[in-house]
Amino acid sequence: MGNDTSYTDQKFEQVGRRVRRPDGVDKVTGRAKYGADAYAPGQLVGLILRSPHAHARIKKIDISKAEKLPGVKAVVTCEDLPDLTGGNRGMMDILENCMARGRALYDGHAVAAVAAVDKTIAKQALKLIKVTYEKLPHVTDVDEAMEADAPVVQDFVFTSGVEPKPTKPSNVSGISQFGHGDVDAGFAEADVIVEKSYKTEQTHQGYIEPHACLANMSSDGSGELWVTTQGHFVFRNVCSTLLGIDIAKLKVTASEIGGGFGGKTHVWMEPVALVLSRKANRPVKLVMTRDEVFKASGPTCSTSIDVKIGAKKDGTITAASASLRYQNGAFPANWGMIGAMTAYACYDLKNVKTVGYDVLVNRPKVAAYRAPSAPMAAFGVESTMDLMAGKLGMDPVEFRIKNAAKEGTRASYGPVYGPIGIGPTLEAVKKHPHMRAKLKKNQGRGMACGFWFNFGGQTCTDLNIGIDGTVSLTVGTIDVGGSRASLSLIAAEELGIDYEQVKASVADTASLGHNDMTEGSRGTFSSGMATIFAARNAVEVMKGRAAKMWDIPVEDVVWENGGAKATGKAHSNLPPLTLKEIAAKSPQTGGPIAGHNETVADNAGVSFASHICDVEVDPETGSTRVIRYTVIQDAGKAIHPDYVEGQFQGGAAQGIGWALNEEYIYGKDGTLQNPGFLDYRIPVCSDLPFIDTEILEIPNPNHPYGVRGVGETSIVPPLAAIGNAVSNAVGVRLNHIPMSPPRILKALDEQAGG
Amino acid sequence: MSSVLVSTTINGDPIEFACPPEETLLDSLRDRVGLTGVKEGCGTGDCGSCSVTLDGRLMCSCLVLSAEVEGRQVGTVEGMVENGQLHPLQESFIDNAALQCGICTPGFLIAANALLERNPSPTEKEIRYALAGNLCRCTGYDKIVRAVQVASKEMRKKSKKTKKK
Ligand code: FES
Ligand code: FES
Repeated sequence: MGNDTSYTDQKFEQVGRRVRRPDGVDKVTGRAKYGADAYAPGQLVGLILRSPHAHARIKKIDISKAEKLPGVKAVVTCEDLPDLTGGNRGMMDILENCMARGRALYDGHAVAAVAAVDKTIAKQALKLIKVTYEKLPHVTDVDEAMEADAPVVQDFVFTSGVEPKPTKPSNVSGISQFGHGDVDAGFAEADVIVEKSYKTEQTHQGYIEPHACLANMSSDGSGELWVTTQGHFVFRNVCSTLLGIDIAKLKVTASEIGGGFGGKTHVWMEPVALVLSRKANRPVKLVMTRDEVFKASGPTCSTSIDVKIGAKKDGTITAASASLRYQNGAFPANWGMIGAMTAYACYDLKNVKTVGYDVLVNRPKVAAYRAPSAPMAAFGVESTMDLMAGKLGMDPVEFRIKNAAKEGTRASYGPVYGPIGIGPTLEAVKKHPHMRAKLKKNQGRGMACGFWFNFGGQTCTDLNIGIDGTVSLTVGTIDVGGSRASLSLIAAEELGIDYEQVKASVADTASLGHNDMTEGSRGTFSSGMATIFAARNAVEVMKGRAAKMWDIPVEDVVWENGGAKATGKAHSNLPPLTLKEIAAKSPQTGGPIAGHNETVADNAGVSFASHICDVEVDPETGSTRVIRYTVIQDAGKAIHPDYVEGQFQGGAAQGIGWALNEEYIYGKDGTLQNPGFLDYRIPVCSDLPFIDTEILEIPNPNHPYGVRGVGETSIVPPLAAIGNAVSNAVGVRLNHIPMSPPRILKALDEQAGG
Repeated sequence: MSSVLVSTTINGDPIEFACPPEETLLDSLRDRVGLTGVKEGCGTGDCGSCSVTLDGRLMCSCLVLSAEVEGRQVGTVEGMVENGQLHPLQESFIDNAALQCGICTPGFLIAANALLERNPSPTEKEIRYALAGNLCRCTGYDKIVRAVQVASKEMRKKSKKTKKK
């Protein structure tokens, strides 16, 4: 059979079942161990001192008093983290973000750290560290940072993607352009043109578990790290490079993870814990407070976006363009580029052009947040799509259907699509009962579409068959939301056994080959693929063992219904051998039975969603409630429907928070004003209705089961869906996210005033 | 600064520990008593992941000083299993996929249990308001609310049966 990744339309026995997850009992009894739940004998408490300034030169750090405090075992600054990056600027950025080097680049930037025998002493020690700062001018707004006289955040950054090469450093780290056709000609052809500008504020992933780790360096140069992460192999590689440890000598174990949504794909503080442990020669536990999580672990970008769409009277879009300015925090990244790629991905456009700007400001380094960059671009485009539908007098769903991308469409970011789900999700919107639910006064309905690429990447999986015929499945991708259940279902499916016979677990870095991050919705896609091939590999081994047991050629053995069967008339008297029977005899037939797979899982299969949303706006207070919400998304194939629905609902809820409430508020002094859940308000249970879901299954042609990633797309449409609903409810179009009560009231006032 | 000695009852067991006077119940439960099912999400009373009961009342353990629990009854998620049997809420959370990452789950279980003890047949709205002090970032609360609804039904059935006996 080999490793053929192409989709085959097979009947499933296990896949698609809503089974109980293997980590369920541990998680409802409090037994599951998360980042902060590990303890080592002799462990110290680590704490980090952070800059109170948005931008400042660090003239001096005096740690002498802190070091002398009884109970303090180590104090570190950037001096203890020498540059071992060999000129790799990306690595250097991670290091500098972990610990400032001469300059504090944002409010909350780490400047020193301590390890002490208990929290009380560690806190005292932080107070004894004297840092002399010289404040520098700062900038926190994306548009202001692009102005010629803006303070320069990083003097090594020159704008890339422009000719001739700039000679002066700039806050614009890169400009990237996508599209095809001739937009000027396209706009000239248009009967109607709509142009609008938008802003979105910065939000945080808001995982409930703060970053936490337990570092344990030995004096022989080897070490162990227990950490909450979306990718322990990548964390191992980064920490090894930054600290000069051999990769094989640093064992990283991933704890259960209390949410990540992209935020735990980045190394924020683990090298500091390791270096504290190395200096103190004791284990060090380092846990961020919520305040630190907000200030110093990456939120998503704030943005400023201009959108222009031209269309014929019949609703055909003739041209579309967008300029997208994304703020990346204090370190260069390419979030603006990604925004520019995703902006028009839902549509089949003859002439399209998007330009992404990546901009530095004095804010924390931006991190991935679920379909990173796509929600903001979709807010601009999907709001403008509704405006255009209004101008044309067309139904917004019909207008989108008319222009939707389909198989064979050249995407605005380059590739040509295979079978995709945007059209089907829109058709499903039309049919959905939600569209016919009655609306009352001050209520409005909106819809919007969203796209995400999905990602595959390096994956490695082991499958070991026990002597009793039970199966341990060992994967290297972190389980962020039930993937161990899904992967067990896949293994059971391939082997032809029951789900209950399989137990999946996530291996540490010493037990399995490299696996990339669990990001880009790749967990179930890529580890699922590797699990299929590992299981098929094991089946081959078992066929050989059965042949041996029967003493017949292996060519005469097939695998059916969880066991080996001898084919051909000559063997018609041989009863099939079950997996259990083959496993029981394995010591005599050649030893342990295992299957392995190492792969780079490509072609993750793009994903599309359409959301419908009803809101009620209180014109007195400007507050908005979501009263009905429906997510329709293509999953390719839902391995475990409960957790697919869960991803749909969770992403929608995050999008609702982003649309209505959540925002980083910076003061004039460049410091964050609301680093806590009280003032940075994420949706609570009483804010939301039930979130209806509809799973479409348009198979990914490049996965044996047709799986597409499902984790991220659901956060893309809500911003625009809610904006469109608000506009339909009270007649004001909000172009600034979040649509918080003051912004809505202001818009209503302006409307009333004419 | 000397430690205080605290004698208290946790999940029915008599427990004694010494801690600094300013230490929170959350820190003592986790670092001294070993009950790490109690989670810290914020430390400021805003997320509910540290929820415990104190003499039967729902509390954020990050807002309680350990010294205050002297002589009182503390309940944590670790105490919900009775005679080796999962509590109906625990069963329902697993069956209804009410957890994704699960970090918020202990807090939700404690809060939901406190609700059902007070009000065995809450409406959806009552559930949503009773759980509004607990943050979950993964689920959008949909499956959590449903899990509580299913559990409350189960528990009512059970209590009818035991009453009949
Ligand atoms: S940790 Fe106590 S409420 Fe968040
Ligand atoms: S399940 Fe992750 S926070 Fe609730």
